[in-house]
Formats: sequence, C-alpha cells, structure tokens
Amino acid sequence: MKRQQVEKLGEILSFVAAAIVIIPIFLVIIFIFINGVQAISWEFLSQAPRNGMTEGGIWPAILGTILLTLVTAIVVMPFGIGAAIYLAEYAGDNWFTKAIHMAIVNLAGIPSIVYGLFGLGAFVLFFNLGTSIIAGALTLGLMTLPIIISTAEEAILSVPQEFRIVSRSLGATHWQTVRYVVLPNATPGIITGVILGLVRAAGETAPILFTVAAFYLPELPRSLMDQTMALPYHLYVISTQVPAMPLQIQYGTALVLLLMVLSFTMVAAVIRALMRRRREW
Amino acid sequence: MSIEDDLLTPDRPPIQSVEQTGVKSKSELVVETLIRITGFSVIVIIALIFFFLLREGLPAFRQISIGQFFGSRWYPIDNQYGILSLLVGSLLVTSGAIIIAVPLGLVTAVYLGEIAPTWQREILKPFIEVLAGIPSIVLGFFGWIVLAPAIVRFGAPTGLTAFTGSLLLAYMSLPTIISVTEDALYAVPKDYRDGSLAIGATHWQTIWRVSVPAARSGIVIAIMLGIGRAIGETMAVMLVTGNAANIPRLGPAAFFEPVRTMTATIAAEMGEVASGGLHYNVLFAIGIILFVITFIINSLASRLVGGDKPRRRGGQL
Repeated sequence: MKRQQVEKLGEILSFVAAAIVIIPIFLVIIFIFINGVQAISWEFLSQAPRNGMTEGGIWPAILGTILLTLVTAIVVMPFGIGAAIYLAEYAGDNWFTKAIHMAIVNLAGIPSIVYGLFGLGAFVLFFNLGTSIIAGALTLGLMTLPIIISTAEEAILSVPQEFRIVSRSLGATHWQTVRYVVLPNATPGIITGVILGLVRAAGETAPILFTVAAFYLPELPRSLMDQTMALPYHLYVISTQVPAMPLQIQYGTALVLLLMVLSFTMVAAVIRALMRRRREW
Repeated sequence: MSIEDDLLTPDRPPIQSVEQTGVKSKSELVVETLIRITGFSVIVIIALIFFFLLREGLPAFRQISIGQFFGSRWYPIDNQYGILSLLVGSLLVTSGAIIIAVPLGLVTAVYLGEIAPTWQREILKPFIEVLAGIPSIVLGFFGWIVLAPAIVRFGAPTGLTAFTGSLLLAYMSLPTIISVTEDALYAVPKDYRDGSLAIGATHWQTIWRVSVPAARSGIVIAIMLGIGRAIGETMAVMLVTGNAANIPRLGPAAFFEPVRTMTATIAAEMGEVASGGLHYNVLFAIGIILFVITFIINSLASRLVGGDKPRRRGGQL
C-alpha cells in the first residue's frame, strides 16, 4: 500500500502547491478592491487632481492611458499583423525565417526598462520627438510588437490548410486566398492577441518613464507631441514620491488600473471562447 | 503563450507547393512586397535597438575603464560607477525568485496538467492568466504597502529586502514557468505514459519518473524564460527591494538585506541625469548589459529546442 499512499500524498501536495500559487492572486485583487473601492466615485474618475494630488480625481491619467494605448494600437497593428502574415503565409522554411523568429523571441525578452532607454535615445532625443505621446506610443508599440506577431501568426497558422487548398484550386491567387479566406477566419484570434498585447502596454510603467509620462499637467494633452499623465506612472509617483498622500487615493488608483486591465483581459478571453465555439473546424 | 510556443515548436514541414493559379495583379504585388517588408523589419528593429544602446552607452568607456565599471562602489555623485553591487542585487533577487518559483511552478504545472480534474483546470487556469496580466506597478504597490510591513511584523528589521523582491518576482514569473512547463508536459507522447502505467507504475510514479524527465528540455526552457522575466523586471523590484547599492554579506542572510537591481537603478536615476553626460552614458551601458544577458538567455533557450513538435499548419477539418 506504500505506493498508493505516496500517490495520495503527492496529489495533496500538488494541490497545495497550486493553492499557494492561486490564493495570493485572489487575495491581492480582493485586498486592493476592498481598500480602493471607497475612493471610486464618478468624481474620482472624471476630475483632475487638486491640492497637490491629494484630492480630486485621476481623469487625466485615465485619459492619458487610453490615448497612449490607442496610438500604440495604430502604430503596432500594421507592422505586427503584416509581419505575422508574412511569417505564416509567405516566408520560406529557411535560415532567414528562423532568424526572424529568433528576433521575435529576443524582442519579447528585452526588459521593459531597456525599451524605455531605447525610446529615450531614439525617439525622444535622436528623432527629436521630445517626451510626447508619439514617442511613448512608439516605444510601447515596439514592446508590444513581438506579442502581437506571435499570437497573430498562431491564429493564422491555425486556419486549416484545406481552406487554402480549396481557395487556390478555385483559381484564387495567394493574396486573394489570404485576404478573403485566411484572414477572416484568423481575425478573432488576431483580435484576442491584439487586445492582450495592448492591455500589457497599458499597464507598463518603465517604457513611459522617460518618453512621455508627466506627473502633473495643468491641461489635458492636445496633440501627439504633448506629454500626458498615465495611470501606471501616476500610481508609481503617488505611492512613492508624494508625502502624505491619502492611502485611499493610492488604492483607488491601483484599483482603477487593475480593473481596466482585468476587464479587457476578460473581453479577450470571452472573444477567444466565443470563437472556439463558433469555429467551423 | 505563443512566444514560448515559438521556442518549443520552431520547425515546420516545408510549405506544400501549390500550383501558381490565378493572375497576380500589380496591386497584389505591392501588397505582398509591403508584407515582406514588415517581416524583415523585425530583424531591423532588434538591430536598431542594440545599435542605439551601443551608441549611447559606449561613450561611457571613454571616461571610465572597464575595471572601474565593474567596481563595487556605485556613487554617481562621487563619480564612482561600479555596477558590481547592482549586478549582485539583480542576481540575488532573480535567484531567490527562481528558487521559489521553479518548484512551485513545476508542481503546479504537474497538478494542472496531470492531476486536476477538468472543472478545476477550467477555474484555475484563468486565475493564472489573470496573474500574468496584473501590471507590475500594481504588484509593486501591493508589495510596498502590504507585503513589506507584513514581513516586518514577522520579525525582520526591514521589509524592503531582496527577499521581498524575490517573492514578488516569483509570482510574476510563475505564469510563464507554469504555462511553458504545461506545454512541455503535454508534448510528451502518450505512449510513454501508457507504457509506464502498463508495467505497473502508479500515476504519481509515471509523472515524476517518465513524463517530467521526458519534458526536461521544455522545463529548462521554462526556467530560462522565468529567469529572463525576473532579471528584466523593473517597477516591482524598485518599490520593494530597498534600493541600497550595497553588496550584502555572503550567506543566506544576504536575502534579507536591501539591495538594488540594475533595472531599478536605470529607472530611478535616468530622470535626473543630463543627457549626454557620463552618468547618462553609464545608465545606457547598464542597459547594454541587460540586453546582452536577456539575449544570451533567450538564444540559449532557443538552441535547447530539439524540435519536439513540428509546427503544423491548420487544424483538423
């Protein structure tokens, strides 16, 4: 019976390990929620901060994050999806393609602060964009690129080969097949990947530290060349650099950021689930 | 998940040759050329990043020697730019994170992949994805406000230590480690398990003596990706490791001293340096070191792939 006992013990230990992983996640979210929900009000979400940030709302930071994410999306989607189409449909099975895949894996592994450094050196200084939304979006876009390429490539590859064969056998060219057969079927997967990539970009602080973020701006940004406030940076500053910042506002800001990120992650998950159910293959 | 898949499934069967059908219009050629360009641009981009880092970082070595750069005192005010303490800080925090995360992640992956009933899997996996999505600043905030004081209440002199950083980093690396390990375990051929069970081994024995060893290379990749994730993390460690550029005394107590990582140094000091000055260049030089470290880790991980799964195009119709 010894082996069976080991088996039971093993199963319990594994469950405990999984619990050690999962429970703190749950706790962190609940904790931030409980402590931050009192700060959330329409006023908090829609007004600018006052009185040295200790009162008022965080609207400019929310708007800034939304703006940055939108511009990042515009910047990264053509390149990311285009590269994915290339890799999935046009690239040959040679060393060059392998090199591109290696480059993607490496880009994905670059620390976010190094992206921030590059953004500073290249976009802010060399290309003279200054600390601006466009500089920040380009930096975030670069960081998001490998994620989008990978997920889009996988989405395109998962379209069954039979679809392509039938399309070509009916006389369509390669691009016609891609555009009218492959891409429409890959679109839900691509969208999921884009959302997840953008969600990651929205929550990042390091790439925007020196490329766009400002702590307090008297006005909302009016053009791509303006600086902006942003939620992650805002949270960073109010929790570490401002003395006597009310704890509730800190928790509230953290909660807003967390909820934004979590809700869009759920949207992506829902799309993925729906797509799996409606799949024709 | 797909980036890790990139590592586990690099090879594909040759693209089936399809007869050239249809007539390609000129606009099609334009579109296809554009697509090819975006494909190539990925390599251009990574080269550009490296180039810019070099461009802004190498000038530092006109004024300080390599020996000074790897010295043990980091006092920019005093013109001392020795990054040894920062390297040690990053190393300490990362290794602590791996020590915590790898056993935990491996066993959790085993649980999810082999032991847990489907309904549990459906609930637990989203949680892990949620963890992957939590912004690092939020976790750092939690560590700063909740975790560090809690550690003090457990008797430590300060809560802002390498250990706190390791704890946070461990949780941040866990989703990567778990998902890659799960994929690796999934890729183990069913015959291995069936054979083991057929000769009388228990499920548990099969897992640890057959499946896990068979998934060895994938698990190593998972660990390396976890290391890469941990070394590169900035905000979470910046908030909880105490930011003291000291080299702690040798021994396990080192984990409970405040340290400073390379990433936190860049983030904390870049805002205050004059562009083009020595301090500025040195921070970029630290960036070069980070780039090279993660490049080596990722390239090694790629090399380790023996081509377990050929990349299939298309599902089963």
